[in-house]
Amino acid sequence: MSQWVRKGLATGIKTTCYPGREETAPGVSPGLPLGGDYPEKQASELVKRCTVGALSFQNHKLVVDYRRCVHCYRCIRGVTLPIAWQQGYEWATDTNIIETRKKFVRAFDRSLNIIVVDTGDCGACLNEVRQLNNPYYNMHRLGFFITPTPREADVLLIVGPLTDHMREPLRKVYDAIPMPKWVIAVGACALSGGVFSPSFVCDENISEFLPVDVEVPGQPPPPLAILHALLVVAGLKPPASLITQSVSLKHEEVKKQ
Amino acid sequence: MTLDNIQEIAIRHWPDIKPRLDLSHSLCEMECELEDIPDVCKWLSLEMHYVFAGLIVEEGSSDWELRYVFYSDHEPGWIYILTHQPLSDPAFPSISGFLHAADWHEREAEDLFGLYFAGHPRLGDFVLHNERWQEKLRPMLHSFDGKKSVEHRMPDLEWKPNLIVKAPGAFGMTIGPKFSGVTEPVHFLLETVGEDVIRTIPRLFYKYRAIEKIAERLTTESTLLLAERFAATTAFAHSLAFVQSIENICGIKVPERAQVLRVLLAELERLRHHVGAVQEICESTALAVATSQAAIMEEELLRLSGWFTGHRYLFGLAVPGGLNKEFDDSVCHEAVQQAKAILKRFDRLEEMLRVSSSFLDRLEEVGIVNQLEAMKHGLVGPVARASGITRDLRKVQPYSGYEAYTFEVPCEQEGDGYARLRVLFEEARQSVKIMEQATASLPGGPVFSEVRIKPGSALGWVEAPRGAAFHWLRIGEDGRVSRYRLITPSFVNWHGFHVAAENFAFQDFPIILATFDLSVAENDR
Repeated sequence: MSQWVRKGLATGIKTTCYPGREETAPGVSPGLPLGGDYPEKQASELVKRCTVGALSFQNHKLVVDYRRCVHCYRCIRGVTLPIAWQQGYEWATDTNIIETRKKFVRAFDRSLNIIVVDTGDCGACLNEVRQLNNPYYNMHRLGFFITPTPREADVLLIVGPLTDHMREPLRKVYDAIPMPKWVIAVGACALSGGVFSPSFVCDENISEFLPVDVEVPGQPPPPLAILHALLVVAGLKPPASLITQSVSLKHEEVKKQ
Repeated sequence: MTLDNIQEIAIRHWPDIKPRLDLSHSLCEMECELEDIPDVCKWLSLEMHYVFAGLIVEEGSSDWELRYVFYSDHEPGWIYILTHQPLSDPAFPSISGFLHAADWHEREAEDLFGLYFAGHPRLGDFVLHNERWQEKLRPMLHSFDGKKSVEHRMPDLEWKPNLIVKAPGAFGMTIGPKFSGVTEPVHFLLETVGEDVIRTIPRLFYKYRAIEKIAERLTTESTLLLAERFAATTAFAHSLAFVQSIENICGIKVPERAQVLRVLLAELERLRHHVGAVQEICESTALAVATSQAAIMEEELLRLSGWFTGHRYLFGLAVPGGLNKEFDDSVCHEAVQQAKAILKRFDRLEEMLRVSSSFLDRLEEVGIVNQLEAMKHGLVGPVARASGITRDLRKVQPYSGYEAYTFEVPCEQEGDGYARLRVLFEEARQSVKIMEQATASLPGGPVFSEVRIKPGSALGWVEAPRGAAFHWLRIGEDGRVSRYRLITPSFVNWHGFHVAAENFAFQDFPIILATFDLSVAENDR
């Protein structure tokens, strides 16, 4: 068995320099479209291309609803004037910054136990959560641990749109976590239902079902974005300000489009 | 035997059959009388050795149309057995008595459409769990509005699982839907006598998102998003199957460069998936260094995909008529070089695993599926190939120009966990071999040709990393989707999972599950 010990040592350290420094390796993040000032003609073409309703043109500005963006790349590929694209991965946003911080940050002094619940995820977000344990991200070094039992958990991490069959199990997990607790919703599906909503099996967002503290957009958000969310919970990183509440479209409006 | 021979024999046996031969698509449709269906299916599968791909149910304006899809194991050739029945009389003979692979197809059709299959021993409570949904709710009917929420029934607090094992000390152990660390929701009922598990009953569809229902009335563009995202660890394979069904309907010839690039991307995805599957197997045996080594490679392949295509899971690439993105030749060469370098280390990992006796002890003779059981359940993909079924759609029903590549389909006979692991390693090697051939002969030209959506219906198929996947699409007169049927490898392999999980020691359960390489998202749809 000594071959494994030697192999492990010979591999050396692979771990990312984040959060100390910025991670710049290619392919760590798919990036996100960037809203802002666009000529009206270009903006209206982009809005039309976006079948999920993530783009809208408001007050002469192109607004991106990051809760709805599903990385279909239709606003950047196959258009005459593509949208600007931002790299980066610090996407996690706090839904109720002041209150939640006051209440919880001191309670979880840096070490977090996380329970992961999949409520209908396509597998990509879940796989990205799984990557957090691999040597590249190695979240143990930051004091983050995945736990199988809700009684030990501080953080409930939810991936996927809320399917009907998973409502009861999710409720039970949430109730079993002792107070104080945080809820992180990961991925566009968890934030808005993504392409699967509205329907008779996914008719409610996670945030309508449970109080969500931190939201991570992206489909799937890369491991670093999920790591950023955990760092936000632990009070080690400030949240990003990607999502503006006012542009978030409700189901009905999307349905009409 | 060619399709016209088969058609001749069929007409000799059953003079009522109305055949329609379409040799340009290697396709033969046979319209049968309702009472002939079991005999025709039996003859086709047991005597002609055609493989059952799936059952497609469509609700027409005045009648039900049931389409039993079969394909040949040796040569390009598809046979659809068709039958019609008025909407008012949804009763059909069951074929799962002799063709066990049709079992779950019939249960699904019963649960979602309200069809009745005479002779099927176990109908009801399948996709829609009985404790949540009202009886007689048939969401796949056109009259059901899939966007509106429905009223649920009150939970039955008295409900207890029905246990079959009766022995002193026997009890049922339930696992899930939320269990262990980072897992997909699925429920297992293990019937045990102490440490020994006698049988395992998986209960699925916790992630049922009604993809087939919400695709109805959508444009093909929006449906493509669904096809890509319902099982995103194999997103490219499924989006490819979907766009191929559109291309088959519209009779589009995809530019050669796009075809080669599609092969390149599909094999990159297969490589990444197999590395991830090996990582899970190592993790299930708690071999920490090997787990880390495989995880490093998986992350590197994800980063390679991200750098190469913009997205770590290859989203937003396949579109009807080609690809959405142009790739430089030099970038393709660079990607393949990187994949080759990773494969070299993957090979080294296999060498090391093969001499780790503690690891092999956990895998060998664990979760055995013999060839007969694998055939009976119609298993697909690496799982079937580990049980002696050398079947691969890339070889038997080539698409996207796979006939031009030289590669081997690995096959093992033992059908245990170790055989499945070896198949994964060998397939990863073959994938890189195909990627090399693809970049060596990269033709020039465009990667996209314009598609005008036409009404019609067709099947698209791919050999996804987990096995054969079929996407049936019907486009209505208005250019929108009127029926989208997904037959996925995990749906088939979950059906056969209980064979591997019988009479074993409880500590082997995670290993059997990991070597079976199942996706709940792909099954639940």
